[in-house]
Amino acid sequence: MTDATRAREGDWVEVECKLLDPADRSKNLPPETAEKPLMMWVKGFAQGEAGMGEELTIETMTGRKVTGALSAVNPGYFITYGNPIPELAHVGRDLRARLAAYRATEGPAGAAEGGDR
Amino acid sequence: MATRFDAVMARRGAIMRKALGMDYSEFELSPVAFDYERMMTAHGYSLDDIVGIQTRAGVGNTPLLELKNLTDLVRSISEAGKGARIFVKDEAANLAGAFKDRRASVSIHVAKEKGYEGVIAATSGNYGAAVASQAARNGLKCIICQETFDSRKVGQPEIVEKGRICESYGAEVVQMTVGPELFFHMVELLDVTGYFAASLYSSFGVSGIETLGLEISREMRALTGADPTHVIITHAGGGNTTGTARGLKRAGATSTQIVSASVDLSGLHMASDNDFNRKSFTTGHTGFGVPFATWPDRADVPRNAARPLRYIDRYLTVTQGEVFYLTEAMAKLEGLERGPAGNTAMTAAVSLARGLPRDATVVVQETEYTGAGKHHWSQLNFAKEMGVEVRAGDPKDNVPGKVIVIPEALEQIHANDFDVARMRKSYVRNALKNAPEGYAPTADDVVFLAADTNSDAAAVEALLAELKEA
Repeated sequence: MTDATRAREGDWVEVECKLLDPADRSKNLPPETAEKPLMMWVKGFAQGEAGMGEELTIETMTGRKVTGALSAVNPGYFITYGNPIPELAHVGRDLRARLAAYRATEGPAGAAEGGDR
Repeated sequence: MATRFDAVMARRGAIMRKALGMDYSEFELSPVAFDYERMMTAHGYSLDDIVGIQTRAGVGNTPLLELKNLTDLVRSISEAGKGARIFVKDEAANLAGAFKDRRASVSIHVAKEKGYEGVIAATSGNYGAAVASQAARNGLKCIICQETFDSRKVGQPEIVEKGRICESYGAEVVQMTVGPELFFHMVELLDVTGYFAASLYSSFGVSGIETLGLEISREMRALTGADPTHVIITHAGGGNTTGTARGLKRAGATSTQIVSASVDLSGLHMASDNDFNRKSFTTGHTGFGVPFATWPDRADVPRNAARPLRYIDRYLTVTQGEVFYLTEAMAKLEGLERGPAGNTAMTAAVSLARGLPRDATVVVQETEYTGAGKHHWSQLNFAKEMGVEVRAGDPKDNVPGKVIVIPEALEQIHANDFDVARMRKSYVRNALKNAPEGYAPTADDVVFLAADTNSDAAAVEALLAELKEA
């Protein structure tokens, strides 16, 4: 996360906008969705100064001007691989051993040519 | 007073006509039927033209690899004489990492030729990266509308990564909370920008996938002396199945069986703020596969070019845990570390190949790029954070949104046949439901419905009679 809590003119930032109030949303939504507003976030270059949550206009990569509440300054991507999955740890070892055992009985060519031996 | 939503949607037809650069009304034949083949060829590009466009775009001619280790492993668990040879088209080798580049390359070529300043697509998938990458090469502006977050602003790592890559290619990414109104905002943006609608479901995009079928036929003939007996396709909106099958037919591979495969997400609501982050697959699943196959024209174009029921011979489903297992196995056994969603068909192929004779050939027709977020470990760690139980066991105990069961052994992978006859019936029901009330289908409509469901006139007549009774 970035430490900046204020956007200055020209900073790369993200703003938040409410696109639709719950009452204006599509019909036939499940209740847990229907009771929430439709929110939107978009990134661009700040056109002025603002603090977090304050109104700010940005210019997006396509040159559109969008006005919303400042939600992040220099927003990052915090996706990771995370820890290995214990339930998958055995997969490679087991399958390699099985393949070796199969080829020891069936001959090394295995599926190699034609496959209809 | 009309809401903003209603006001935009009321003008939707006119906005889309301008943004698609083509008038779909000229293909309409009746309240039920339209001229599908005429729509598919109205752009005027031959298959050779499309190959040329894609070659210049850095798309296509991906490696076809035989998976000898996986084939032998499948044979080790098959009855004597069984275990088809398995091959894969490594579509991750396309410019932006997926077969979606084939779709995007044609759409972006058309947008550029017609003189649009930019393009817009609504997608949370690899298609966004493909459109953004091709737009960058062609100097076009690009907006990607993405359903990214639940109402707490928590995003699936896979979708967050796809947003990142689009921004990396210089696209403006408009990220939204859960809901079908994504399309309302896309229409609104098309209206204010005047950009081209690079729809996933236009004839431009689906025509672009035909080259994949063409390459598979040509490369398999060179490698094995014959067309594949089976091509298995990860199935979401149906474009992948439709385009690949059309390309195979155009190459003369008329006896190849077309098998679609999706991850079973039954029970999860696609528009639910609660369920949104409880699914580990954001594409290639039944939540798109079934509704789009049984009513293709729910898409963002007046008539969807993706009409998979025309081509599907079988539709298989697998569970999330089985696909994660196979994704891990592919890296360790075949040196192919690829994204899990693209391995859906690979997983079903294990089950399919096991039941086929050894001289049968199964081509898995795609892979997709992987990386932080779009990796099976990211997905499983995120599922655990969202309260989904992840455990080893029998995949039969899988419950979408609640329990992901990772198989303990390869023989536990078992794809289930989804009832295609039932899908045909729902399609016919939906076609009638979307015609004016009381409309009686004509003989020409019956011919169209038979073609659109890959059945015959007698079968459609019987279905119509049955629906009338009900």
